[in-house]
Amino acid sequence: MAGGSSSSSSSSSTGPSLVDSLFQRSLDDLIKSLRSQPVGAEPALLSRALAEIRREIRSPDPDTKAVALQKLTYLSSIHGLDASWAAFHALELLPSPSPLHKRLAYLAASLSFHPSTTDVLPLATHQLRKDLSPSSPPNFSSLALHLLSLSASPDLARHLAPDILPLLSPRASSTTTNTKNNNNNSSPLRPKAAVATLHALSLCPDVVPLLVKPLVDCLSSPDPRVVSAAVGAFAELVSATDPSPYLPLAPEFYRLLTDSRNNWVLIKLLKIFARLAPLEPRLAARLVDPLCDLIRRSSAQSLVLECVRTLFSGFPDHDRALRLAVDKVKEFLTNDDDPNLRYLGLRALTILGPRNSWGVVESRDSVIQSLADPDPNIRHEALRLIMGMVFDTNVVEISVMLVNYAMKSDPVFANEMLDAVLTTCGRNVYELIVDFDWYVSLLGEMARNPHCAKGEEIERQLVDIGLRVRDARPELVRVARDLLIDPALLGNPFLWRILSAAAWVSGEYVEFSTNWLELVEALLQPRTSLLPPLVRAVYIQAVFKVLAFCFSSYIDQLEASQVSSLGHSTTVGGSTIECNAASANCLSDDITGTESADGFATADKPASLLSLLEKKDPFFTRESLKRILYLIETAVGPLSENDDVEVQERARNVLGLIHMLQEIPAWKTEEEGFKKDKDNGVGKIMNLMQAMFSEEIGPVSVNAQKRVPVPEGLVLEENLSDLAMILTEGDIAPSMSISFTLRSHQHMETKDEAAPSVQSTYLLAEHRKRHGLYYLPAEKDETELNDFPRAYDPLLPVSHSDATEDLVKLTEQSLIPRKVKHTKPRPIVLKMDEGDGVLPSALTTVKESKDDMLSGAIHEVLLGNEGKPSSSQKGSSNKSSGRRMKGVSDNSESVPQSKENLDLGDRENRSSSSRRSQHRSHGKGRHRSSQNNEEKEEKSHRNSTRSGHHHERHEHRQRGETPLNAVPQAPAIQDLLL
Amino acid sequence: MIRAVIVMNTQGKPRLVKFYDFQPPEKQQELIRSVYGVLSERADNVSNFVEADAIFGPGTQLVYKHFATLYFVFVFDSAENELAMLDLIQVFVETLDRCFKNVCELDIVFNFNKMHMLLDEIIFGGQVLETSSEQVLKAVEEISKLEKSSSAISLVPKSVSARFGR
Repeated sequence: MAGGSSSSSSSSSTGPSLVDSLFQRSLDDLIKSLRSQPVGAEPALLSRALAEIRREIRSPDPDTKAVALQKLTYLSSIHGLDASWAAFHALELLPSPSPLHKRLAYLAASLSFHPSTTDVLPLATHQLRKDLSPSSPPNFSSLALHLLSLSASPDLARHLAPDILPLLSPRASSTTTNTKNNNNNSSPLRPKAAVATLHALSLCPDVVPLLVKPLVDCLSSPDPRVVSAAVGAFAELVSATDPSPYLPLAPEFYRLLTDSRNNWVLIKLLKIFARLAPLEPRLAARLVDPLCDLIRRSSAQSLVLECVRTLFSGFPDHDRALRLAVDKVKEFLTNDDDPNLRYLGLRALTILGPRNSWGVVESRDSVIQSLADPDPNIRHEALRLIMGMVFDTNVVEISVMLVNYAMKSDPVFANEMLDAVLTTCGRNVYELIVDFDWYVSLLGEMARNPHCAKGEEIERQLVDIGLRVRDARPELVRVARDLLIDPALLGNPFLWRILSAAAWVSGEYVEFSTNWLELVEALLQPRTSLLPPLVRAVYIQAVFKVLAFCFSSYIDQLEASQVSSLGHSTTVGGSTIECNAASANCLSDDITGTESADGFATADKPASLLSLLEKKDPFFTRESLKRILYLIETAVGPLSENDDVEVQERARNVLGLIHMLQEIPAWKTEEEGFKKDKDNGVGKIMNLMQAMFSEEIGPVSVNAQKRVPVPEGLVLEENLSDLAMILTEGDIAPSMSISFTLRSHQHMETKDEAAPSVQSTYLLAEHRKRHGLYYLPAEKDETELNDFPRAYDPLLPVSHSDATEDLVKLTEQSLIPRKVKHTKPRPIVLKMDEGDGVLPSALTTVKESKDDMLSGAIHEVLLGNEGKPSSSQKGSSNKSSGRRMKGVSDNSESVPQSKENLDLGDRENRSSSSRRSQHRSHGKGRHRSSQNNEEKEEKSHRNSTRSGHHHERHEHRQRGETPLNAVPQAPAIQDLLL
Repeated sequence: MIRAVIVMNTQGKPRLVKFYDFQPPEKQQELIRSVYGVLSERADNVSNFVEADAIFGPGTQLVYKHFATLYFVFVFDSAENELAMLDLIQVFVETLDRCFKNVCELDIVFNFNKMHMLLDEIIFGGQVLETSSEQVLKAVEEISKLEKSSSAISLVPKSVSARFGR
């Protein structure tokens, strides 16, 4: 290595630098010492090396400096050390006449300079200009171009654009005389200049008038490297900004597409056309045949892939071509040897989108088999593809397939699939779901997956569906019961959130439960001690609700039996317990459904609440109640001393209620006495408890808070620092004080139990009255819901089939979008407002205006300069077009129409469907052109009104006249298109 | 365009790092670690592409090839063709192989400058410049020759004078 051998010193150097130079470590020495070092010693070694470099780099000897800079560059690039402090030293070395030093300096600069961090960058301007000049050696210019394309600032680009220009134009080859390898009549710098031009253009749109035309000229260069670089530059510009200004170049690109045999160039051309084709349908028509040809004859998979993608993205209407492309993708997908082709094939299919979903449907088998691919990427793409094809008609099949498949898959992908199902089904407030009973049982199924880590989302959806979908509640309670009674689930921390939701659902909708004793047992089983305190608190609260419900139901039952004994067999509404009557009424409806679904009861339709309650007798005997009470007391009792305040508080609530019930003397006597007492004792308490929980909880809109008017006199922006002071004075943290209060007042708790509940119901009712707007319209929903038949029972017994072939079979029809055929009406799903459930990411992104500047400038140049002979008069054309750029853009709408001329460049009109507006806007290009140009236009105007056959000739003639003139002209593109 | 070229060994140590959109050194190291985290997870018989949105921003992809103890990683955006990038890695490795006669990790470790020289002839400012390893080698040899001859002229008198000066 050349740099390693420099151990020289200059005689002029001072003391320390002489020693440094003599004994300076080369880069190789540094690397060796780093490699021989034990692992832990690296930081110390690096800091020592850095100190050494800091000393050496100040040396006046260029060799020493260069080696130090090289070492620093290495350490910065490989070990991530900061090198920005040495920017000035790199600058110092830039003018070195030694090619080696210069290259080291440029390497350091290109790796570490950036406008954002290098404030000395403007100081490089002069040296860059010098190195770019045609008189300096080409490898110097090459280094300068390299730095320009990596680290230039907009200012640097603006200042040096005139210096890039000679390197970009073909004349550079004749002026550079000191290159010996310049035998192919083209400078090796020209491709590099094209790349530097690309970066200058994207940095600084001001240089567009100067540099775009020479870049266009590069497209017609005889040197394939120049063409390749120029096409690459245009592909980059087209993909980064608005493509419409580049439409005038379409004929040139088309010529290259048909002429070029270089796959790299062809791929880039396809990238360009993929962006241009959607703007101009006739272009697509023209491109279809060459593309199909390429697909058929090319042996390069990369090119074939690019053709396929171009067809998929830009040619949605050309069925024949799409058919060819889809067949090609099928070949990719069935290629067992190359996972890359399978992966890219799947990715290509995602472009196809819903419009041409037949392509995906045809490759269905391969896609579904890809779910079992060893490559996680391929599985991921297959999943994405499948989820893109989900409609409300096949959501059931696909979801069941995925959830089943997730059972057998590896943990990561299993969760990916579960996530996909949850996201898709939950999208936009479950818009895809018709059968909520099915979906709820699917959620339960997901929780059974041993790898399931989506507890949070499943929890959210279980509760959310409970709140929003009234019809799904019986099934929800059934699913929750299945989850709760399984002791194995309690050991899995990922399921705790789901269990929490299940407990909440069981408590909140306890009236749909079928076996309360079993439920209480499940909620209080010993293994619940594994649960985190917050989930446990939910469990205990659910027990509380169950208890309250059981008692009030028992009382209803007694009431009913009394009524029946009196002979009033049907009039339940006349019962004295009004509060319970309503809830029991709705209960009667729902219980029938639940029971018949579970095969629990065989009776068809209990005509009244009475017969229903009689049927349910086994659960509401005094004995069963006593058992429940005993169970709760023994299980919850120890929890009243629990460390966690939430658990403790709720446990005490439950115990308080039990004590209160037991203190009532009637409880101890026989049933008759209890009945007598119910009106003033137990019954009263239970009515209150029941009232407390019968208030329905509904979903709340995320925006609800915003709509609450701020009451007068309330200052929300008030400084609360005083409050903090008050708190610190008390010297007790708020949370602590809460727990203390609880303990100190525990003897009061049991007696005051009923009072707060009355108060809270009252407050709630008051609040509701006043702010009814923000509550759910509960009454209205009930009436609405009654009009709907009940949702079906789960129709899909989940099968645990093994092979992927079964999956294929399962979804034989699932990916085909069928006509929506609702076999039953969808239950009402409550939505709060438009914003509810809509993701913020769904907002459309707005194009950046910075890009507009560039594309606008290019638009001006490509359309405005067509009459100009060449780029030789760069200075003047630069100025004039620059002036034009500003002046003309305003009157584009007012210029006279010239219908035949096709200006596809107008950005404003691009998206609109009317072609006429685009035609008209071309007038601005014409209007300000020279007289000569206008005549040309006249000609083309006349020509284009004639037959298409004539156009072909016209095109040939034009080509013949100006074979090397690459300047895009509007007539040319028109001829290409017609 | 090509966003970055990273060569690292199978322990995650970077051997050649070139970012075509500027990243400060610490950020570079962070990105390299993330890339290594992804690559080290992948089996041998799987595809060579990884979606790199999470690491390099939206729309980026990563293609890598595993040779002996080294990963060759190219990061690129939607303006490049995936399979072409895979070919380009092949071109790069072939060029290295021809340049160093059976390239191994040590060659890359100890030839920091030459690696950059070779790479800059293949990829220039994020654009593919040359795909023939023969042409690349020719260009690099020419530069090396030029540098050797000029440094021989400038170094010999200096070192001689230094030696005699003592």
